[in-house]
Amino acid sequence: MTPALETRNLCKHFGALTVAEQINFKLDAGARHALIGPNGAGKTTFVNMLMGGLAPSSGAILLGGVEVTRQSQRQRVKHGLGRTFQINSLFRSLTVVDNVSLAVAERHGVAWGMFRPAGRYRSVVDESMQLLDTLGLLEDAKLSLAALPYGKQRLVEIAIALGMRPKVLLLDEPAAGIPSLESHRILEVLDALPKEIAILIIEHDMDLVFRFARKITVLAQGAVLMEGSPAEVSSDARVRQVYLGERRE
Amino acid sequence: MTGPAHTGSYLSDPRVRPMEWLPWVLALVCYFAAPTYLPLGSYILIMILFALSLDLILGYAGIITLGHAAYFGFGAYVAAILAVRVTADPLIGIAVAGISAGLLGWLTGLVILRMRGLTLLMLTLAITSICYEIANKATALTGGADGLGGFNMKPILGLFKFDLFNKTGYLYCLLFLFVAWWLVRRIIYSPFGASLTGIRENVARMHALGSPVYQRLVAVYTISAALAGVAGGLLTHTTEFVGLKVLSFDLSGDLLVMLILGGVGRIYGAFVGPVVYLLAQDSLAKQFPEYWYFGIGLMLVLVVMFARGGILGIVDRLLLRIRRGNT
Repeated sequence: MTPALETRNLCKHFGALTVAEQINFKLDAGARHALIGPNGAGKTTFVNMLMGGLAPSSGAILLGGVEVTRQSQRQRVKHGLGRTFQINSLFRSLTVVDNVSLAVAERHGVAWGMFRPAGRYRSVVDESMQLLDTLGLLEDAKLSLAALPYGKQRLVEIAIALGMRPKVLLLDEPAAGIPSLESHRILEVLDALPKEIAILIIEHDMDLVFRFARKITVLAQGAVLMEGSPAEVSSDARVRQVYLGERRE
Repeated sequence: MTGPAHTGSYLSDPRVRPMEWLPWVLALVCYFAAPTYLPLGSYILIMILFALSLDLILGYAGIITLGHAAYFGFGAYVAAILAVRVTADPLIGIAVAGISAGLLGWLTGLVILRMRGLTLLMLTLAITSICYEIANKATALTGGADGLGGFNMKPILGLFKFDLFNKTGYLYCLLFLFVAWWLVRRIIYSPFGASLTGIRENVARMHALGSPVYQRLVAVYTISAALAGVAGGLLTHTTEFVGLKVLSFDLSGDLLVMLILGGVGRIYGAFVGPVVYLLAQDSLAKQFPEYWYFGIGLMLVLVVMFARGGILGIVDRLLLRIRRGNT
C-alpha cells in the first residue's frame, strides 16, 4: 500500500551544518505515528521541509505516492497535507468560528466569492460549527479568539487543520504550553480524530506520545536513530542514551 | 457613528444598519444647506472615495502603502488626456480612468506584492515617483509642471451640465462614491473580504490553509487602484484641470493621515477622516494662514497618542460607556 507520506534520503545542510541526514520515513495511511527526539534533533527542520516552508538540499518527499518535493505549500495542501503550529498561529481578532470558516471556505473553493455575504454560505458556516461541536467548542464559537483560554486556543489550532480535511495531518506539539493536568483533553480530541487521517505528531510530552502513538520514530542529530512500537522505543538503550545522556566517551 | 467596526466575518449581518444612511443624508443636506461650499464638498467626496480605496487594501488586506497617489493621479491624467484628445464625455472618461488605473494597479501589484513590510512600502513610493517624473517630463502629453487644462467636459448623458458652482459636480461625485461604497461593502462582507482579513491577521496561517495569498492581494490591489483611478477622474472632471500634485508623495501622505484620523479598517473611517481633515484645513487656513499645518499636526499627534482606532475608535468607546451607564 502506498504510504500517505514518505521521504526518501531527505537531507538538509546549512553550509557545513547538517540538520537532516538521509531521512527515510514512511507514514502509513491512517497511521498514529509520533516523531520524538531531544532538542536540536532536527524535528522542526523536518516538519518545515514536509510542509514546504524549507527546501531540502537533496532527497524527495512524496504525498500519497506523488512527488511534491518542489511544490509550494499551497499545492501540498491541495494534495491533502494539513498542519497545526507549535506556537498558536491563529486569527486573533476574529471569532472562533471565523478561524475555522477561513479554512473550510478555502477547501470548498468559495473564498474568491466577492459579492454574496460570507454568512450566506451556509455550508461553510454549518460545517465549521459542526467541527467546533465535535471539539467541544460550540459554546465559544461566537467569541473573539483572543478571549479564549490558551488550552482552548490549542483546540482551535486543531479545528482549523481539520477544516482543511487533510489526508495527512502534522501536529506540531499540540500540547505545548498546556498544563499536564489539561493535556488529557487534547488526548481525547486526538483519539476522536477520524481514523482515515494519517497523523504524525511531534511532541515533548512523553505521556501523551506513548498513549497516542502506535509507532514512534526517534530523531537524533538530524538522522533517524530508530523506529518501532512504543514498547520497543521505551526499552531501547540508544534512545535512553540520547534522552538521558548516559553515554560516556 | 456606525457601531461596531465592519469586519469580514462569517457571522456579520450584512444588512445596512440605519446609521449607515447618515453620511448620505448629511451629504444631501449639505447640498441644499451650503451651496457655496459645493466645490470643497466635491473635493471632500472625492477624497472619501480615494480613502475608501486605501482602506480596502490597508485596513482590510494590511498592505501598507505610501504610493496610492500613483493610481489616483494616473486616473486623473488619463481622464484629462482623454478629454483633450478623444472625448470630453464624462462617463466614458470615468470608465476609462478606472480601467486604466486598475490595469496599472494589476501590473504594478504583480511586481510589488511579492514583497512585504518596508520593502513593499519603498516600492510603492518608487512607483509614485516614477509616475510623477513621467508626468513631469512628458510635457507634450501631460503639460508637465503647467498641468493640463483648457478642456470643457460635456454634460453628463448629454443632460446635466457642469456648472460654475459645482452643483452638478457634487452630485456626480456623490453618485460614484455611493456606488463605490456599495461595492466595497459587498467585498468586505464576502468570503473574499474575510480571507483578506485573514491575510492581514496571519499570513503564515493563510499559506498553511492553502490560500492563494499573492493572487488575493493582487486582486484587491487592482480593485483598489481602479477605485482610486475613478476618484482621480472625478477630480479632473469637476475641476477641469489636472496638475502634478495628484501624483505627489504629499497626496499619498495626506490620504494616509486622513484615513488614520478617521479610523482604519472600518469603512466609515474613510468618510470621517477626510471630512474632519479637510474642514479643519479649510477653517485653519482662513484663521491662521501661516500656521494651519500646525493644527493638523497637533490633531494627528493627539489621535495617534490617545485614540488608536481614530475618531471612530473614540466614538465606539463613548457609545460603549453610555450603553454601560444605561444598564
